[in-house]
Amino acid sequence: MEALHEHIDEDKLELPSEPMRLNMGPSHPAMHGTIRMAMDLDGETIMNVDIQPGYLHRGFEKSCERGTWGQVFPYADRLNYVSPMLNNVGFALAAEKLAGLEVPERGQYYRVVLGELARMADHLTCNGAGAMELGAFTPFLWMLKAREWIWDVLEHETGARMTHSFGRVGGMAAPPTDRFVELVTDLLPQVMGVVDECAGLLLHNRIFLDRLHGIGKLSKARALEMGVTGPMLRSTGVESDVRKDNPYLVYDRLDFEIPVGHQGDNYDRFMVRLEEMRQSCSIIEQCLKQMPTDGPVSIDNPRVTMPEKRNVYTTIEATIAHFKLVMEGIKIAPGEAYGYTEAGNGELGFYLVSDGSGTPYRVRVRPPCWYNLQACREMIIGGMMADIIPTFGSVNMIGGECDR
Amino acid sequence: MDALTLTLSTLAKIVFIMVIILTFAPILVWAERRQSAMIQDRIGPVRAGVKIFGYNITLLGLLHPLADALKFIFKEDFVPPKADKFLHAIAPILVVATAILAFAVIPFAEPMYLEHLGQVLPEAAARAGVVIPMQVASINSGILFIFAVAGTGVAGAALAGYASDNKYSLIGGIRAAGQMVSYEVTLGLTIVGCFMVYNTLLLEDMVTWQREHVWGIVAQPVAFILFMTCSIAETKRIPFDIPEGESEIVGGYLTEYSGMKFGMFFMGEFIEVVALAALATTLFFGGYDVPFLTSNGFNVFGMTANLPHVAVVGLQILTFVVKLAVMIWFQLMVRWTLPRFRYDQIMALCWKYILPLSLLNILVTGAIILLLS
Repeated sequence: MEALHEHIDEDKLELPSEPMRLNMGPSHPAMHGTIRMAMDLDGETIMNVDIQPGYLHRGFEKSCERGTWGQVFPYADRLNYVSPMLNNVGFALAAEKLAGLEVPERGQYYRVVLGELARMADHLTCNGAGAMELGAFTPFLWMLKAREWIWDVLEHETGARMTHSFGRVGGMAAPPTDRFVELVTDLLPQVMGVVDECAGLLLHNRIFLDRLHGIGKLSKARALEMGVTGPMLRSTGVESDVRKDNPYLVYDRLDFEIPVGHQGDNYDRFMVRLEEMRQSCSIIEQCLKQMPTDGPVSIDNPRVTMPEKRNVYTTIEATIAHFKLVMEGIKIAPGEAYGYTEAGNGELGFYLVSDGSGTPYRVRVRPPCWYNLQACREMIIGGMMADIIPTFGSVNMIGGECDR
Repeated sequence: MDALTLTLSTLAKIVFIMVIILTFAPILVWAERRQSAMIQDRIGPVRAGVKIFGYNITLLGLLHPLADALKFIFKEDFVPPKADKFLHAIAPILVVATAILAFAVIPFAEPMYLEHLGQVLPEAAARAGVVIPMQVASINSGILFIFAVAGTGVAGAALAGYASDNKYSLIGGIRAAGQMVSYEVTLGLTIVGCFMVYNTLLLEDMVTWQREHVWGIVAQPVAFILFMTCSIAETKRIPFDIPEGESEIVGGYLTEYSGMKFGMFFMGEFIEVVALAALATTLFFGGYDVPFLTSNGFNVFGMTANLPHVAVVGLQILTFVVKLAVMIWFQLMVRWTLPRFRYDQIMALCWKYILPLSLLNILVTGAIILLLS
């Protein structure tokens, strides 16, 4: 029997070590949405990560096929539940494109203002949560406070804080209230005050900047390859915004800029969102100036727009119109259309197919998060474990939208 | 001093210290919540109350820590099935015990002469009778005792992470061990400059030196900044709270703790805050020193106002508590203003910046002392 030590290779005298497999999610206290990440860790460094979305799949697209066109709106609210108004407007625009309708000017401005308010709420949430993930709890609560103010205004306009269901094919559910302009005008400086305050607290803080700079980098080429859109694409330096590239509603009449980043890291994403809030603010101000003070917000067509409720109870025509719209829905001619808008996270597209009945034949959503999420894996690998959640947060995956 | 007096006085001092700690910790919890609420435009906890004769007594939310304690005690004490039960149970005890022990050597007033309590303290030669030093134990290794005890506290966090049978806990425990051991070393080095200036390791002598000359913050400003940084790192609070790092590793080594065991970690953290505030006060803010107050009474530029010995000691204790509160308040402010470091950044800060700076501080201090002597 030969001695054991003869077989030992001196160079390999190390303790055996293997990467630690750590499972994060689908229910993790800090994870945005329900998503699972299985990762291999070497100490604190991430060797590999497997991102598994789908835990929030509720069958959105299929559910849409069982109701009328109008009944899609409550579902659309629950796509990106941080900025539901943008989804409402997005779906309404797609359906109108399919039906060949155009909303009156006042309605268009109204949609832009409400949508931009929702975008501000979206970015406030994302940036605030991003700060919180780095341990800065105070800016998070400040930003949520500002979001509450935005929601107060949206509640006053639509009756609901979050899931408004306020869009309609051919317009909006109701015209602006009397205090609309006043409320929004008062709101903007308040919100921007909070934004500046948070920026002042965070952007002069060395710890915060060190945690953001160069983390979760995404190159311009990879971003384009993977179909990334929205603030995440802009952070890599691509000047792309559906509102500019392909203006819808009244965006071509508004003067605003597209903020772009340089490196596509967490810092750029944070700054792009911060600047977009300022741009949204300017957009809203311009809209309030240009918006007609009276006139309809919805198309005057009894086959599309719901009649006024008091007429439903008093006139036979309105009763029948109401009955037909509720029971059969809007009869959109057979065809297909792809309507796309700039939502909080990027290009939100609705591919709609109509078979001529009052029910959608197919509602396919292009959720911006889904495409942004597939870039996330490369951004995380090679980084530190503590950077997963902030990076993931800056991608701003919203479960409801991503998993549908 | 006979054995009975010694025992009685030591017991009294222990009770005093425990009362300070055990009242400070809940008040601190309350202060932290209320203060953070004010910083963040919230109301904070105000609900917990006791109904007495139809009046709901809430004391501005001060009863919340009490409600918390009750909840901690009555909650199920969950231990993961595969956890090491003994280590899992001993870890929180280690954390709390070591945190409390650190108070043993901190002086909170000048020695008390029982015979002269009612009168103005005479000259040193004329003093007689029983002397009670106003610290629980005057250990001749002085401040080294605090480091030794604090060093043991690391074991508590590391054991908790190891014994919990949870990967998040394990990572938290490893982070805690790495961070605390590193900062332990640096914490010691940051105040070597103070030892050189004060020429002693005894905390009571350090205070005496500061009463006779200037406060430590003037003599050693760099050491103070470095010491505060390290001490916040030692308490594992934001911006150094990576062992708990709630955003990525859930609760770190606390993840698998519930009930009073969690409560003890919770308390341990706050007691550590108080302990390090007490240490900072003693080292840099003259401990119980009241400006212009000598052993006989106030002496402001020649104008004197004599005070009885008992009043002087009482004033000193009060001053010590007030200074403590200010230092604690400062730590709370930091907690709610800054974001969190990353693990590698914490280590880089420790070994690349604070350690060389503290060594430089020692060098400069040594040179100045050499020049002056």
